[in-house]
Amino acid sequence: MPYAPTTTEEQQAMLKAIGAKDIEELFAMIPGELRMDGELQLPAAMGEMELSARMSDLAGKNLPAGSGACFLGGGCYDHFVPAVVDFVASRSEFYTAYTPYQAEASQGSLQAFFEYQTLVTQLTGMDVSNASLYDGAGAAVEAVLMAINATRRDKVVVLDSVHPEYIQTLGTYLTNVKTTIKTLVTVNPDAKQCAASPAALADILNKETACVLVQHPNFFGCLEDVEALAEVTHAAGALLILAVNPVSLGLLKRPGQCGVDIVVAEGQPLGIPMTFGGPGLGIIACSEKFVRRMPGRLVGQTVDRRGRRCWVLTLQTREQHIRREKATSNICTNQGLMALRASVFLAAMGPMGMRQMAELCLQKAHYALDELINTGAVSRVFEQPFFNEFAVRVKGGDPQKLIDAAVTGNIFPGVPLGRWYPEMNDCMLVAVTEKRTKMEIDMLVELVKKT
Amino acid sequence: MRNQQTTELLFEQSRAGSCAVHMPECDVPARSLEDMLPEGATGSPPPLPELSEPDLVRHYVNLSTQNMSVDTHFYPLGSCTMKYNPKRNERLASDAGWLGLHPYQPESTVQGVLQVLWECQEMLGEIAGLPAVSLQPAAGAHGEMTALLTAAGYFNDTGQRRDVVLIPDQAHGTNPASAAVAGFRTVEVKSTPEGFVDLDDLESKLDEKTAVFMITNPNTLGLFDGQIARIAELVHEAGGLVYLDGANMNAILGIARPGDFGADMMHFNPHKTFSTPHGGGGPGAGPIAVAEKLGPYLPRPVIARDGETYKLDFDRPKSIGRVRSFVGNVGVLLRMYCYILTHGPDGLRRVSENAVLNANYLLNRVKHFLPVQYGDRCTHEFVATAGELRDRRGISAMDIAKRLIDYGFHAPTVYFPLIVREAMMIEPTESETKATLDAFAEALFRITEEPEDLLHEAPHSTTVSRPDEVLAARKPVLKWKGEG
Amino acid sequence: MKPEDLLYAKTHEWVCVETDSAGAKVATIGISAFALEALTDLVFMELPEVGRELNAEEPFGEVESVKAVSDLISPVSGEIVEVNSDIADDLEKMTEDPYGAGWLIKVKLSDESVLANLMDHAAYQKQCAEEA
Repeated sequence: MPYAPTTTEEQQAMLKAIGAKDIEELFAMIPGELRMDGELQLPAAMGEMELSARMSDLAGKNLPAGSGACFLGGGCYDHFVPAVVDFVASRSEFYTAYTPYQAEASQGSLQAFFEYQTLVTQLTGMDVSNASLYDGAGAAVEAVLMAINATRRDKVVVLDSVHPEYIQTLGTYLTNVKTTIKTLVTVNPDAKQCAASPAALADILNKETACVLVQHPNFFGCLEDVEALAEVTHAAGALLILAVNPVSLGLLKRPGQCGVDIVVAEGQPLGIPMTFGGPGLGIIACSEKFVRRMPGRLVGQTVDRRGRRCWVLTLQTREQHIRREKATSNICTNQGLMALRASVFLAAMGPMGMRQMAELCLQKAHYALDELINTGAVSRVFEQPFFNEFAVRVKGGDPQKLIDAAVTGNIFPGVPLGRWYPEMNDCMLVAVTEKRTKMEIDMLVELVKKT
Repeated sequence: MRNQQTTELLFEQSRAGSCAVHMPECDVPARSLEDMLPEGATGSPPPLPELSEPDLVRHYVNLSTQNMSVDTHFYPLGSCTMKYNPKRNERLASDAGWLGLHPYQPESTVQGVLQVLWECQEMLGEIAGLPAVSLQPAAGAHGEMTALLTAAGYFNDTGQRRDVVLIPDQAHGTNPASAAVAGFRTVEVKSTPEGFVDLDDLESKLDEKTAVFMITNPNTLGLFDGQIARIAELVHEAGGLVYLDGANMNAILGIARPGDFGADMMHFNPHKTFSTPHGGGGPGAGPIAVAEKLGPYLPRPVIARDGETYKLDFDRPKSIGRVRSFVGNVGVLLRMYCYILTHGPDGLRRVSENAVLNANYLLNRVKHFLPVQYGDRCTHEFVATAGELRDRRGISAMDIAKRLIDYGFHAPTVYFPLIVREAMMIEPTESETKATLDAFAEALFRITEEPEDLLHEAPHSTTVSRPDEVLAARKPVLKWKGEG
Repeated sequence: MKPEDLLYAKTHEWVCVETDSAGAKVATIGISAFALEALTDLVFMELPEVGRELNAEEPFGEVESVKAVSDLISPVSGEIVEVNSDIADDLEKMTEDPYGAGWLIKVKLSDESVLANLMDHAAYQKQCAEEA
């Protein structure tokens, strides 16, 4: 037994103390007819060497985009992860601890989460952040549920330029409850438009609208006029929920200054490896007035009996273990270790690091687009200003051919859009991070030229 | 030894001009920002703290020492299964061949990870005795909700209007909360004085509105409810489905399978049963396994195998849709995969045998001074009560929990389940030695003999003792608000 | 207000019925000292808005301590005409003066018959003794 250290001799002594003749007797409360016949049909146990060989063999069947020239985005990005992030996250005092319910035994995690909450408010300009949720999609859903709760209204407006998987997730959550989702069509490839018009939004809002979910930069990388959208949303008495790319906040105006009520984000770009899309980090931050409707864990500052500053989980009556079916959410854990990674990342980058990183993404993405267009083999789908991601149409066909051809050169040119938008099945979404060198971009351009 | 200065908040240590990361020069021709972005779109850099890499390392390493953890202390936190987190799993899941995978890469380039995920589906289906598996849910509570939505999908598709979820009074709070999020009404079912489901009460609440009965078995008292087959029969007769909360699977791996004893759906907690690290509260994962008839309604995509090729199968017209972005918490599932392969069928069974042996041994040592209301035997955990100590000497379960920290043990779960007064839920797991259990039992006994005042003010050895929770909740301070 | 003169609900709210200048019956509602003690340190109170119609036995708000939350149940039916919104910011006042400054809402009664379901002080004292 690899991880059960009790020896046979000790087992006998323990059984004797219990007064049981064998281990089997301890399972007497499970009626015989409910027991399994025979053994589980699973592969035989492997030692560490065999397991390592197997895992290395399996990992070898992957061609990780992160080890090549990765131009893939759509909510998961190949950003640089400083070694200090991996180092801190590998401290097992952090990763083998659990939820800090016993404050005295968990000040390390509690303070780290309090710092995370502060860092997220600094990044977003919002009043309050929780200690994290599962992922960006989950955060968007929880924000919508918060808004429904806060406004006591039951219509949700979603822009069709929000990440399609966020929209699908929201749809799944809300199928069985009395809430309707209305999609505002803003994506119009024929008109080369994918940003929302405040007037069009105003037209579909009414007294029943709880909230509007906007992504900025949107799924296609384009910027939205957040302040104008917030204004018309508030005029209807609804709340504006903004999904952001956290890296863009090194450069773009912070949502807290744009009239946003709730900000959500996928925190993966902040020092979290892609790992095929999970675990990520659900960031959620809001205005002070919604704090008691916030889902998930919150860490608060207080003093101990000797008057020393310290931290505890607080406002727990919102949560499922106290309020049960009336809780603000069913969420129980946060993404503790991922929140820790994001904290170390943000603290390591600082204001200037975040600004430089965002500018590199912006510059390189614009260079890539210009060079790609110059080949004449692709065209730009949308004309709006963008951050580090853009959609291109591959002339004469299927982007999948280009993508498949690129694999041999270890280039990952983009995410085909046809899977979500059949009318864009000749388009792909290209993302450029600070990691992409001019040489890699030029390689992509050469490839596009050739294919 | 604690270094006070470096554990001041990051923001208090900030020094203008410090930076731990230096970005490379821009190697493409730079354009002006105004040329690329509309007026008013940009802002000043976010006011983050400024620190050097040595500052950060010393800060976090010192902070980490303010935690108790499985790697440093016995952590008998009931219902959380704080077992050893194998180091080989950490190493093997950290290969660039996994970490560098983007979820939208071509399928031909991700065959290794798809094979692992497909095998995870198969293995979990086998352990559950329920063949259809979804790996999407990000945590146990997320799994509960996903399974309930799957059930709702099934009922809607078969034209049944069922909107009530029945939940025992001893259930974990996520059960009713998940049911509410999934759009169900909840009705509570009582427990008998012996700690099992009150069958009469259950029967009286079953009707044509019953959608699902959620049960944790072994239950939150650490007892296996042997009536489960009868319960499943009753629920099925009423047209409902049985959901098994898999929080306590560590007691029955390879011994009894939920699908065999009547469950139609269940979730696993890999961070409990399969040793993936708790991470200070996540990330976990909450894969679910369901009966064949419910399979078509599971979230899409699922992982499918076609000969020797693996693929993400989106073509599932009856699916409830997705419950998150991408495919799941793959990093967690990789560790789970390593754990299951390390053990094999016999090893998994022995995990449960040792977990149950350890719990019964500890119960046997503790019951003499902290009564265990519900019997002399348990599965992988048990619930002792400090109710008598409270009445006689004013010592609460919380006092004992806090004092244990002074003895170098993490506290058990206290005040859960709600149906036991001054509850202390103790789960030793299989990865502890007899010597550790003996030391823990002795400490617990000594504590019950200690003076009241000493206990009310415990812990005494930590840098922080008895934080003022009332102050924290009355005037919430949820972020650093500047100097002074 | 003297506790002896008030009516009480099983759920520990107190009621004081008076006639306003227009001749309508208005009930002032609060929480009993016994219940406040059982709730221990209050940290948060959520109260309704003026104008809402309440039915007897319907929740009208919530009161929270650190580890528990309880519904506030209306003992009477009618329209809320006044809310003691300052109390939420000064919860200690509730414990200091539960029958005076600690009142919560005033309700213009739409149905006086529900008052018959409430207890007088003696009956309520008896209930408290049993619960303690």
